[in-house]
Amino acid sequence: MRGDTKSGKRNTELGIRNTESEERKTENVMMSGEMVLNPKIRIENVSYAYNGVLALKDITLDVPACAITVFLGPAGGGKTTLLRLINRLNDLVENTQMRGRILLDGQDIYAPEVDVPSLRRRVGMVFALPLPLPGTIRENVLYGPKLAGIKERTRLEEILVRSLQQAALWDEVKDRLDDPANRLSGGQQQRLCIARSLALEPEVLLLDEPTSGLDPISTAKVEESLYQLKRSYTIVLVPHSVQQAARVADYAAFFLMGELVEHQPGKALFTAPRDKRTEDYVTGRFG
Amino acid sequence: MHDTRGRWMEFAIEALIRVLGISTIGIVLLIFAFLLREGLPVFFQVPLTNFLDVRWYPTFGMFGALPLLLGSAFVTFTAIAIALPLGVATAVFVREVAPNWAREILKPLIEVLAGIPSVVLGFFGMTFIAPRVREILGAPTGLTAFTGALVLAYMSLPTIISVAEDALDAVPKSYRDAGLAIGATQWQTIWRVVVPAARSGIVTAVMLGMGRAIGETMAVMMVTGNAARMPLTLDSFFRPVRTMTATIAAEMGEVAKGSVHYRALFAIGILLFVVTFFINLTAARAIFTKRRRGGLR
Repeated sequence: MRGDTKSGKRNTELGIRNTESEERKTENVMMSGEMVLNPKIRIENVSYAYNGVLALKDITLDVPACAITVFLGPAGGGKTTLLRLINRLNDLVENTQMRGRILLDGQDIYAPEVDVPSLRRRVGMVFALPLPLPGTIRENVLYGPKLAGIKERTRLEEILVRSLQQAALWDEVKDRLDDPANRLSGGQQQRLCIARSLALEPEVLLLDEPTSGLDPISTAKVEESLYQLKRSYTIVLVPHSVQQAARVADYAAFFLMGELVEHQPGKALFTAPRDKRTEDYVTGRFG
Repeated sequence: MHDTRGRWMEFAIEALIRVLGISTIGIVLLIFAFLLREGLPVFFQVPLTNFLDVRWYPTFGMFGALPLLLGSAFVTFTAIAIALPLGVATAVFVREVAPNWAREILKPLIEVLAGIPSVVLGFFGMTFIAPRVREILGAPTGLTAFTGALVLAYMSLPTIISVAEDALDAVPKSYRDAGLAIGATQWQTIWRVVVPAARSGIVTAVMLGMGRAIGETMAVMMVTGNAARMPLTLDSFFRPVRTMTATIAAEMGEVAKGSVHYRALFAIGILLFVVTFFINLTAARAIFTKRRRGGLR
């Protein structure tokens, strides 16, 4: 009896080890540039410079669908720049140069025939500071859909409820949808901004330190909604701390001074980093 | 030794600054008191019904100030109706659309506009705009309310543009990002996010422009024809009109000091002061509410 149990246990252990080594293999494949199957976003040899100063150096990276990918690293590493490139928010910044390609579902988003506003509807973005637009809570959420030309009342109402629920804000605001948005607390405002992005039913959600100004409880709520959202959305997150990165990351990419140092499944990057610099960063030796 | 002297200097300078600061307020109050002293007695000499009448013939003892008040309001509102869209559009262009080098040229140019003496604009209005209003619009005379409104609009534009431009500039860059990020075009972002966010500043701009327009005298007197008639019909746009400021300027030189007419003009001055005060107060309130709500959010 006892022996059986033991051997069973060992088998399980072996099983785990097997899966782990399999994981290694896939990630090795990915790292060598052979890529994941059907990545949602593929970043190919992207370099980017502000006024001739390189902010990103030859980045190649795949972002898989329906998972949370975190971009982490110390400030000035190019994380935010890369996020802003994915929905072309840097188009209006003067004196910048870009090389390389960014593909969304295999389509080059910088191709001349791309309609930028509709690209941005597919790739939503949430910023570090909660930024309610002037107007009420309802108006904030429905800004995007209305711009996109949705007019039917019932449809808009549906979007309003769904997006606020997805952002874990519905219960707190359902009785005061017509209050000015800037009367909400900071945490609520940030979730409102997430709801505003979700209202457009984007395929990709980019979040740039969405919890940097929030208290732990609000942070937990935002992270909780991210777990829910990753089932149907591709999420790219710049976390505000290594701990947060470790909590939410399915995949993690470590950026340092504009270089992509390491890109692995989250667990692997945090437990067995391949590069010394990654290890130093995630163990808190610098930051 | 040196120390006591330093302390004394400190005290003297502080006192000087305080006196200067208080005297500014004091002088405003004194002016108002003077206006009241000279103007208020007219209400005891002339019945109020006379003052609210529609005819201003001081030589016959008719002091109906209504056409003057309405004349001022009429010209001012028409001027603002012209200047508001132009001014806001220009501010949006300068701030949001124009490339950097163009902005560097445009901003000082607009400020130079504010420095053109009003009499020069009046002269321009009289010799250039008025004949064209008469010929093109077929008015009996070119010196009309509309001509005055055009000149006033042009005069209030620099104020409106530069204050509105500052207001747009104060809208955080991140608002534009937020607008763009939800799929708005640049134009939609400007119109539906940036301009509403700068609304209180734009209201202030318009109020300041209005304050400038209603207090303007010289240019208005030169181009509006100065007939004290009620501007109630639609064709009043193309008829002469007379404003409060023009009345005071035109008649003050000819009245006997202390006469009823003299006091009536001062009463109009009080009226003008009160109206301008409230306009500026509204502008200031818009500024203060903005500041209270302001900050990084």
